[in-house]
Amino acid sequence: MRLLFALLAGGLFGAGLQISGMTDTVKVQGWLDVFGAWDPTLAFVMGGAIIPMAVAWRLTRVTRPLVGGSFPPPPRPEIDRKLVIGSVLFGMGWGLVGLCPGPAVASLGYGGFSGVVFLLAMLGGMLLAPGIRARLDSAVPAE
Amino acid sequence: MQHDWIMGLIGGLMIGLAGAVFLLANGRIMGASGLIGGLIDGSGRDNRGERLAFLAGLFLVPAVIALAVGAPDTHATGNVAVLIAAGLLVGIGTRIANGCTSGHGVCGISRLSLRGIVATVFYILAGGLTIAAFRHVLGVI
Repeated sequence: MRLLFALLAGGLFGAGLQISGMTDTVKVQGWLDVFGAWDPTLAFVMGGAIIPMAVAWRLTRVTRPLVGGSFPPPPRPEIDRKLVIGSVLFGMGWGLVGLCPGPAVASLGYGGFSGVVFLLAMLGGMLLAPGIRARLDSAVPAE
Repeated sequence: MQHDWIMGLIGGLMIGLAGAVFLLANGRIMGASGLIGGLIDGSGRDNRGERLAFLAGLFLVPAVIALAVGAPDTHATGNVAVLIAAGLLVGIGTRIANGCTSGHGVCGISRLSLRGIVATVFYILAGGLTIAAFRHVLGVI
């Protein structure tokens, strides 16, 4: 059942990304391009996605996961530099091409050569990340 | 334009519903970078099947829709250097920040997670500044 629900969630996620236009890099870069032809579509996608998720988080207070186990722990409060540095690096890459991890997988079947190159580089980056994370952890903060 | 916004809202509701299914059924947060990254660096070996099933759905359903009704154009750049640089930045950045647009954005903001909100502010700002610099100043993308 766990695998079936995962397949269903992944499929729904992919269909939603495609239907919303989020596998079109012009629409994603358009959202970020406030000095050009600004495109607010991404805000509608984000807003639409947050509504069912907010309801789901509410429901986790009164239910248990259908397949058993437990829900994720409450979010951690601390804002560390890994969160900030990582998000800035991610944002730079996201702006350069207009793809993030979900749409990169969702559009792989029809994104051609560019999509494959981006995904392979992204996987390479994910392979390098633990080493960089360890360096950030061991470096003494400049204070 | 308004048609795009309505499709965005409909697609967005589907994305949120997907996250709701993954959370309420499996008890998991739907974060694309974490689900993929856990397979790449070995941190997710305990639930490899669940990750692979999710990613199979994520890849297959849009591919099948594209086959059935025609593939939408991704308009991604053909510049290999830019693609590699961007892919590396996205891969490294999302794993260091422990989340991307789906994990920090959709799943984090909807539970009012401070980390999710801060991450989203920073990646949108960085993306906006990158577009401004590389498109409007340097003119390379």
